[in-house]
Amino acid sequence: MWKWLHPYAKTERAYQLCLTLQPWFWAGALLCLSIGTVWGLAFAPQDYQQGDSFRIIYIHVPSAILSMGTYVAMAIAALVGMVWQWRTAYMSMIAMAPIGAVMTFIALFTGAAWGKPMWGAWWVWDARLTSELILLFLYMGVIALYGAFEDKQQAGKAAGVMALVGVVNIPIIHYSVEWWNTLHQGATISKFDNPSIAPEMLWPLLINLLGFAFFIGAVTTVRLRNEIVLREMHRPWVQTLAEQQLANSQQKRAASQKSMKEGN
Amino acid sequence: MQFESFAAFINMGGYAFYVWLSFGVTFVAMGIIAIQSFFKHQNLLKQVVVEQERKARIKRARKQQQAST
Repeated sequence: MWKWLHPYAKTERAYQLCLTLQPWFWAGALLCLSIGTVWGLAFAPQDYQQGDSFRIIYIHVPSAILSMGTYVAMAIAALVGMVWQWRTAYMSMIAMAPIGAVMTFIALFTGAAWGKPMWGAWWVWDARLTSELILLFLYMGVIALYGAFEDKQQAGKAAGVMALVGVVNIPIIHYSVEWWNTLHQGATISKFDNPSIAPEMLWPLLINLLGFAFFIGAVTTVRLRNEIVLREMHRPWVQTLAEQQLANSQQKRAASQKSMKEGN
Repeated sequence: MQFESFAAFINMGGYAFYVWLSFGVTFVAMGIIAIQSFFKHQNLLKQVVVEQERKARIKRARKQQQAST
């Protein structure tokens, strides 16, 4: 496995891998998100207690689960960077941080918009909500710390340590609904043997979960490519790549202008 | 379809504001991060080319200087 994995530590191979994966991720995200969202909004049955407000679940739960999942992925990347001294691992760590922060923001925001009609409050300082807010601050801390260093190798190490220490927060978020008395309801779908949700409600939720995962993958591949170009700016392969791509986009622009003129 | 009419669908059983606010903010946020990542890529590529030209310019200037002295 190591023999197979090792070439991807090279930035050029990692860049190519991102290029190959990217279209699949975008297609998967578009497909799953449109099916899951339309299904969840229009075709899933109403909740007997919460009426139609429960439909927020179709974005709230996937974004909340994946805000934690992305954090764990980020921390694993930081660990790999530290143990094997892979620069590419730090790059993927920092590529994942912004999209993870966006997922956390979405989870918090949709939670607030769900809490207002159901609990009567946009925000309460309860264990689940507070620990998720801390997760947002952890993401911001990693991004800010990385940005604070001029030397990006140093930046990767410092931000990596912070990402690793922050992993402590993940089990706290997960078990917060059991350890403390909270307004937030308990786990619904992570009890796979006996999920407390009807299958016709569960399916769109799982599809949207997959869609969010694809979306995170897609944005990560774009951002990892950005990071590689930024860090390897002086490598010949990046320079030829930049020239080629810019020439391509200029050609396209010229062609579209030409067709517009002909149309007029 | 769970709703009897399109108006009922928009109304979301009286929770229209909260449901559409959530979905709206979610997809706007996702759109912003995706578009920002793409634009950054374009800008970085331009930056690479500009940097290369600057280097070439410096090299040329040095050569000229050496030739004149």
